[in-house]
Formats: sequence, C-alpha cells, structure tokens
Amino acid sequence: MNIFVLMKRTFDTEEKISISGGKIADDGAEFIINPYDEYAIEEAIQLRDAHSGEVTVVSVGSEEAEKQLRTALAMGADKAVLINIEDDVEESDQFTTARILAEFLKDKEADLIIGGNVAIDGGSGQVGPRVAEQLNIPYITTITSIEINGETVTVVRDVEGDSETIETSLPLLVTAQQGLNDPRYPSLPGIMKAKKKPLDELELDDLDLEEEDVEPKTKTIDIYLPPKKEAGRILEGEIDAQVKELVDLLRREAKVV
Amino acid sequence: MSKKIVVLAEVREGALRNVSFEAIAAGKKIADGGEVVSVLIGDNVSSLGQELFAFGADKVITVENDKLKQYSSDGYSQALLAVIEAEKPEGLVFGHTALGKDLSPRIASRLKSGLVSDVTVIEEDGGETVFVRPIYSGKAFEKKIITDGLVFVTIRPNNIDPLPKEEGKSGEVTSLNVNITDLRTIIKDVVRKATDGVDLSEAKVIVAGGRGVKSESGFEPLKELADLLGGAVGASRGACDAEYCDYSLQIGQTGKVVTPDLYIACGLSGAIQHMAGMSNSKVIVAINKDPEANIFKVADYGIVGDLFEVVPLLIEEFKKIKAS
Ligand SMILES: Cc1cc2nc3c(=O)[nH]c(=O)nc-3n(C[C@H](O)[C@H](O)[C@H](O)COP(=O)(O)OP(=O)(O)OC[C@H]3O[C@@H](n4cnc5c(N)ncnc54)[C@H](O)[C@@H]3O)c2cc1C
Ligand SMILES: Cc1cc2nc3c(=O)[nH]c(=O)nc-3n(C[C@H](O)[C@H](O)[C@H](O)COP(=O)(O)OP(=O)(O)OC[C@H]3O[C@@H](n4cnc5c(N)ncnc54)[C@H](O)[C@@H]3O)c2cc1C
Repeated sequence: MNIFVLMKRTFDTEEKISISGGKIADDGAEFIINPYDEYAIEEAIQLRDAHSGEVTVVSVGSEEAEKQLRTALAMGADKAVLINIEDDVEESDQFTTARILAEFLKDKEADLIIGGNVAIDGGSGQVGPRVAEQLNIPYITTITSIEINGETVTVVRDVEGDSETIETSLPLLVTAQQGLNDPRYPSLPGIMKAKKKPLDELELDDLDLEEEDVEPKTKTIDIYLPPKKEAGRILEGEIDAQVKELVDLLRREAKVV
Repeated sequence: MSKKIVVLAEVREGALRNVSFEAIAAGKKIADGGEVVSVLIGDNVSSLGQELFAFGADKVITVENDKLKQYSSDGYSQALLAVIEAEKPEGLVFGHTALGKDLSPRIASRLKSGLVSDVTVIEEDGGETVFVRPIYSGKAFEKKIITDGLVFVTIRPNNIDPLPKEEGKSGEVTSLNVNITDLRTIIKDVVRKATDGVDLSEAKVIVAGGRGVKSESGFEPLKELADLLGGAVGASRGACDAEYCDYSLQIGQTGKVVTPDLYIACGLSGAIQHMAGMSNSKVIVAINKDPEANIFKVADYGIVGDLFEVVPLLIEEFKKIKAS
C-alpha cells in the first residue's frame, strides 16, 4: 500500500506565545510534529506493517521542518519529502498549502493519505479536505479507527463525541483524531536508520507551480495577544459563606446565572 | 456594499442548533443590508423553516432527499453547490461544528475561494469586513480578510449573538430539488456517546471535572449542578484518562473548544492544554484544594477547598434561589 502522511511542524504545546514585529516570535521556541500528525504517522506505520507497502511523510514549510521529518523517519516512515517554499512564497494560507500538497500528490498514486484533523497553531482544519477535493478522492475527518480489507475501508469517525462507522474505499484521505492510537517514540536504532533514509527537498519549480498559482486567498492583517485578564478573586472565610458569596457574585456582578 | 449571504442551518435530533441562528446574525452583519438566505438540508426538515425566519432569515431554502438524512460531505456538498448555483451569493457562513469543519474546506476548494475558519468576532473596518479568530490554541488572535473568492467563514458556536427572536415573523419556505448521486462514504452505524440534553459546544453553563473528582460516581454532583443550571458536564483529559468519564466530554486542545457564559472548573489543575479549550469562557469559577493550582490564574472567582464539600453547597444554594 502506498501511504502518504501530511505533516506540519508547529510550536510545542507548552510554549508561551509572544509577538514581535506583528508576527508570532519563534526564536528560541521549541518545535514539534503537530500532535495530530503524530497519530497520522503512527497509523501509517501500523497499516504498512499490516499490509506491506511504503510510508512517505510530506511537509510544506522551510528547511527547519527537516528535523521533524527526520523524527518521522525515526518513528518508522520510509521516505520524507520537504517542499521548501521559504524562498518562493512570502504569504500563504490554507489554499496555498493545500494547492502545493495536491500538486505534489496528484501523480503519486497514493492509496491512502493521512493528515491531522487540525494544526494546533493555525487551527483551521482546512488542509486535509481541501487536498482531497483537489485530488477528487473521498475523505473522512476526525477518525479514531481505520480497517482496510481489500478495497473496502471501514472507518470510525468521532463526531462531537458520537461515533459514526463509515464504509468507503481506496483511494482515500483521512484526518486523525485523538484516540486513533498511541504514537511511538523513536527508538535509538530507529534514529540511526533514519539518518540513511531518503529526505528529498523540492521547490515550487519542481512541481511546475508559479508563485501566482499558490497566491493566498485570505490575508492576515493583525496578530495580537488576548487582553491580560485581571487577577480573579479568591474568596475567603467559612466555606458555606464563600459559596453564598460566589452565588451572589455570579448573579449580581457577573450576571451569568 | 450590500451582499447576499447564504448561511447553513444545522439540525440535531430534530431541532435547529443554536449556531444556525448565530450564523444568520453573522450573515446579516456581512450582508451589510443585503439578503440572508438560510439553507436547511436533510430528509424531513421544512417544518423547521419558520424558526429561521423568526431569527432573521430573509429567505429559507430547503433541500430534502432521503440521501441527505445523514450528513455526508458528498451529499451535502452537492446540495449546497446547487443552492449556491441558484442563489449566486457573495458570501457563506457555516458553524464551526463537526459538520461545518468537515464540509466548508471542500466547498471553498471547489469554489476556489478563501475561507476563514473558527471566527469569534466580525468587525467592520473602513468598509471592509474583518474576521477575528483564535490561533495557537487561543493563546493569540489574528484578524483576517478574504482577498479572493466568496466571503466565506465558519463561526465558533456561542460567540456571535443571535438576533432577538421575532415571534410571529414568518415566510414562505422554498424547496430546491437536487439529484444526489454517488455517495462515496456510507454511514453504517452511529453510536451516541455524547451526553443527552445540552450539547457541550453550545452550552451556556459548563461544570467541568478533573482528576480531583476521583471516580465515575464523583461526577454525579457535577451533573446535578449542571442540570440545575441548564448546562452540561465537561472534563479534563486527566479525568477521561482515569476513566471517570467518556472522552466525548474532554475539553481542551485535543478535545472540545467551548465558550460558555459560565465555566465551573472542579478539581482540575488548569494545564495549558486544558485552557486551550476553555480560556475564552466569559466567567470562570475554579474550585480546587490547591491554592497554587494554575486554574486560579484564569479564574474570575475562586474557592480554595474540597469540591465534595463545595459542589453540594452550591447545589443547595442554587436550589434555594430557584425555589424563591
Ligand atoms: C513560509 C510560510 C509563510 C506563511 N505565511 C503565512 C501567512 O502569511 N499567513 C498565514 O495565515 N499563515 C501563513 N503560514 C502558515 C500556513 O499558511 C498555514 O499554517 C497552513 O496553510 C496550514 O493551515 P493550518 O495551520 O490552519 O492547518 P490545518 O488545516 O489546521 O492543518 C490540518 C492538517 O493539514 C496538514 N497540514 C497543514 N499544514 C501543512 C503543511 N505545511 N505541510 C504538510 N501538511 C500540512 C496536517 O496534516 C495538519 O494536521 C505560512 C507558512 C509558511 C511555511
Ligand atoms: C499533546 C497534549 C494534549 C493534551 N490535550 C489535553 C486536552 O485537550 N484537555 C485536557 O484537559 N488535557 C490535555 N492534556 C493533558 C494535560 O497536560 C493535563 O495532564 C491534564 O489536563 C490534567 O488533568 P487534571 O487537571 O484533571 O489533573 P491534575 O493535573 O492531576 O489536577 C487535578 C487537580 O485536582 C485538585 N484536587 C484533587 N482533589 C481535589 C478535591 N477533593 N477538591 C478540589 N480539588 C481537588 C488538585 O489540587 C489538582 O489541581 C494534553 C496533554 C498533551 C501533552
């Protein structure tokens, strides 16, 4: 089976966010594989081990994403591809990323494409379905299980807590939800092997794309931090008096009950 | 310039979800005096149309078909694209719900349009419509404009107020016949795990429990308090991992994102990944034994104490008020 994983490099979930020059400051920050994409990589490896085939992890970004791609290789992916747009693209959005990924994937005869359901930084959840639409293949988002039986694929999808069991066929794009699996940590031998695995680097030229083809359709005009919340009130006194005071505050001051 | 905006209504268990009315309000704002067309897709839904008029829709279109009984991206996109073809709107508004998240990128891609997802505020700025959305799990915000294609957004539930309901306002529901073909994904089974009653992402009050709740039965007082306040129960991942409750209740970066008017956090520490799902709640109450717990940093009101003592007292107090 020919499996592709869409992987985004993101800020570590624990990282504090600050802004400089109208952008999120990223110097000194820790970067990770988007947590949902870790589920995607793990699932791809398990499916390959069960059905044979190959796992290729692809990321659109800058040279820095090599580190996360190597981690994916160390987990057990076979190949990695970095589509480096740093020099060609000044502004991008989900259309841009999806257009590039779809252009890369269109002649790869992928049986299965797995992405994360959302990137924890950009947070739109658009890229997976956009790619599927451009490739004209079905997609299922937020999956918690997938079973492949010949041409038939059975997927369980999380829908705001409910589970839907869905039947479909390959080729297919799915996006991973928490609960799909427990991503492995790269082993030491895995890390050694990863150094020798292929990591190709492509640019827009190699995909026959011009800058105009990937021009974003939205524009970010401002980025800012949420207003600092005033320190809250820790109530004092006997517990039952505190509870009475709290209820009173919720009714008269906050007016929420 | 006034615009025509198509907004999607959503039905859950036979009733319109609140986000359908919020989408009408958002549509009105973007329409700038133009027309808002609310679309209802499903199997047997036209009876719900009048309520959409009462919440401000100028026109209601239904697409009914037995193949649309359950959501599928193939079925719904055929239905919506037919409406878009017929109405030629300048903009689209969906809820940022499971359905809206799944469907909107496909429609945007098909229409070669920009899409701003998960919008919490819509502003006018010098004749331009500007959309505010949280990024980095709510640790920052961005303002976006759409530069190409339709003005297409999904709105986060509970953030944009619906217009006041005009009782008695009604209109004629138009139905559009669409031939639905080739569904490539087929739903075989649905297991409802989400709690009955109030939907977590639309709840005005949420009572959330963490590892401090200690057991499945420890959630009972939280449920009682939530019911009393017409709200829903939520949880931290700590509580879900410990199997005190189902993962469908998890709030946070890898769970649901919620914006209730009141969030009562009981026995949860306020990990950064939990806050990602609830820090924009209008009022936050923290109940925790540990005065150093992180949750007190975002709380508007805090009680340092044992939740098994505090929650029953709260129930008693609210009951007294209800009775009087
Ligand atoms: C050089 C550069 C410039 C940029 N400039 C801007 C800018 O000006 N304005 C702006 O808003 N954003 C900008 N971005 C960010 C980028 O456009 C978005 O983050 C990206 O489109 C993904 O959107 P999202 O974060 O909403 O992902 P989502 O749609 O939430 O991601 C869902 C899933 O799609 C896949 N995916 C997402 N992104 C990638 C990727 N890059 N490679 C592979 N798979 C992916 C993953 O599987 C992920 O889990 C820039 C990025 C780069 C590298
Ligand atoms: C990638 C990633 C994603 C994650 N996503 C999420 C997510 O979406 N949602 C989420 O919640 N977490 C998430 N987490 C986990 C998160 O980091 C925390 O581990 C988790 O939120 C802790 O749960 P907790 O607050 O219930 O438990 P704890 O941190 O153990 O806190 C329990 C609290 O209860 C208090 N307590 C104990 N007994 C009582 C009592 N009787 N009365 C009052 N207070 C009491 C204690 O003082 C303590 O503060 C994620 C982690 C990672 C790494």
